[in-house]
Amino acid sequence: MGKVMIPIGPQHPALKEPASFNITLDGEKILDMIVKVGYNHRGIEKACEQRTYIQDIYLLERVCGICSHTHSTCFLQAVEEIAALELPKRAHYLRTIVAELERVHSHLLWLGVAGHEVGFDTLLMYSWRDREIVMDILSMLTGNRVNYAMNTVGGVRRDISPDQIKTILPLVDILEERTKYYIQVASEEVTLIERLSKVGTLSHDDALKLGAAGPTARASGRDIDVRRDDPYAAYADLSFKVITDNHNDVLGRTLVRVGELMESYKMIRQLLKNIPEGPIAVKAPRKIQAGEALSRYEAPRGEDVHYVKANGTDRPERVKVRAPTLANVQAVAAMLKNGYLADIPIVVAAIDPCFSCTDRMMVSMKDANSRKENFIDWKTLRQYSIDWYKQNRGVDMSKIKISKRW
Amino acid sequence: MAFLNKMVTWARVKSPWIIHFNSGACNACDIEIIAALTPRYDIERFGILLKATPRHADVLVCSGPVTRQIRSRLIRIYEQMAEPKFVVAVGTCACSGGVFKGCYNVMGGVDSVIPVSAFIPGCPACPEAIMDGVVKLITSLEKAEEKSA
Repeated sequence: MGKVMIPIGPQHPALKEPASFNITLDGEKILDMIVKVGYNHRGIEKACEQRTYIQDIYLLERVCGICSHTHSTCFLQAVEEIAALELPKRAHYLRTIVAELERVHSHLLWLGVAGHEVGFDTLLMYSWRDREIVMDILSMLTGNRVNYAMNTVGGVRRDISPDQIKTILPLVDILEERTKYYIQVASEEVTLIERLSKVGTLSHDDALKLGAAGPTARASGRDIDVRRDDPYAAYADLSFKVITDNHNDVLGRTLVRVGELMESYKMIRQLLKNIPEGPIAVKAPRKIQAGEALSRYEAPRGEDVHYVKANGTDRPERVKVRAPTLANVQAVAAMLKNGYLADIPIVVAAIDPCFSCTDRMMVSMKDANSRKENFIDWKTLRQYSIDWYKQNRGVDMSKIKISKRW
Repeated sequence: MAFLNKMVTWARVKSPWIIHFNSGACNACDIEIIAALTPRYDIERFGILLKATPRHADVLVCSGPVTRQIRSRLIRIYEQMAEPKFVVAVGTCACSGGVFKGCYNVMGGVDSVIPVSAFIPGCPACPEAIMDGVVKLITSLEKAEEKSA
C-alpha cells in the first residue's frame, strides 16, 4: 500500500483556533502532518476597535468560554498599564482567586476528556462530577457558571464575603482529596500508563523550537510559567511550585496537569487566608490615554498574550490576541510524527483544545491509487484507537479497578 | 401503517436523539451542554442520547453565532438529518448573534440559516435551562401528536 493522505477537519469548530490536519500515512504510521488554522474566525479583534473598553471586556471574555477570565484579565492588564491605574490589592487577590478556580475547572475538564479519548469513560464521569464543585464556587463568587464577568477596568465587580470564604475552604478540601485519587490513577494504574507513555512524544528541543506553551511545554521539561517568571495580579505574594515533567509524552502532560491542580488548591487557600481588606476597584477614566502595552497571562493551556494600542478615545485602536492553543497546535505535528493513526485522538486532546468539537471532526481517508474516499468520523476513529490498543498492545481500560469509595 | 407511525412518534418523544453542532461558539455553551450529560444533571435519564452523526439524530442542538465558514457546513448537516427534524438554538449567540452581532464574519443567529424550533437564551445557557428547553420541545411534540390523533 502506498502513502495515504488524510485530511482531518476543518470541521473542528469549537476550538479557539479550529484546525485542519493533513496527515500522510504509510500503513498505520504517520509520516507527515500539516496543520492549518483559521476556520472559526469571528472577527473579534476588529469588533474590539468598534466597541468601547467596557464593551470589549465582555466581548473578549467570549473569545473562549473555558478560559474567559484569562482573556478579560489579560486585556485589562494591558489597558490598566496604559492608563497607569494602580489597582487595590484586594482586586488583584480576587482576580487571582477566580483565575485559579478557572484553572481547576479547566484541568478537571481536560482530565475527563483525556479519559474519554482513551476509552476510560469512568474517569470522564468522575472528573466532570467533581468539576461541578468548582462550578458551584464560581457561580457563588461571580454569579455565573461560565463567562464570569468578574472584571472591570480598574478592578473587579464583586466582593467576597467572610461567609463565602468559610463555604469555599471545605469544598477545596474535597477537591484536593479527589485529585489525590486522580494522581494515584495517573501514576500507578498500569493500564493507563501503558496507554499514555511514549505516545505523542515532544522532545525538550522540539518544544523549545516550536514554541510550545503551558503544560505541553512543561511536560517536555521546559521550566516556564508566567505566574513565576513575570508575576502579575497577586502571584508575587504566593508560594507555589512550577510543575515540570521529563516524560515528554501524554503521560507527562497528564501528570503535569494533575500536579498543577494540587498547586492551585494550595494557592486558593493562601489567597483566601491572606486576602487584604480594602476597596475592590479604583475609578477608571472612560477615555484611555494614548499608548500601547503588551500583557502576559498564564492561562490553563499556556501563555496568553494580549497587545492593546490606545489612541486617547474611549475605543482601542488595535487589540491583538494570541491564545495559547495557537502556540501548541504546531507542536501536534511534531508529536504525531512517526506515531500511529490510533494515537491521533489522545495526542490532539493532550494539548487541550476544546473537546466539544472533537465528536464532529471528520477524517476522510483517500487512497492515492483508487481515489476513493472513505469518511471516518471522530467517534469511529476513537473506537478504532481503543480497539487497536486492545488487540495490539493488550491495553484494556475496562479492566481498570475503580475505587469504590465514591 | 398508522400503528407504525404511532410507534415511531412514541419512540421519538420518549427518547429523542440529539446531535450537538458548534456553529462558531466560544465553547461556553458547549461545555454546558456536555455538563448536562454528565452525572450532576444527567439528561440521559430523559432518554436523550448524544449522537455523533446527523443521520441518527432527531434534534440538532446548535450553539454559537453562525460564522461565514460554518454556514455551508451547518446547512449540509441539517440536510443530512432525517425528517421530521428539529433545531434547538442554545445560547444568546445562537438565538440572535449575541455579542458577536455586527462582526464582519458572523451571519447572525442560527435562524438566519436554518429553521429553528426552540430558542434557549443565556450566556451561556446553564444546564437547567438546556434541560428545560429540551423538555418543552418534547412536550410540544406530544401535544402536536395528540392533536393530529
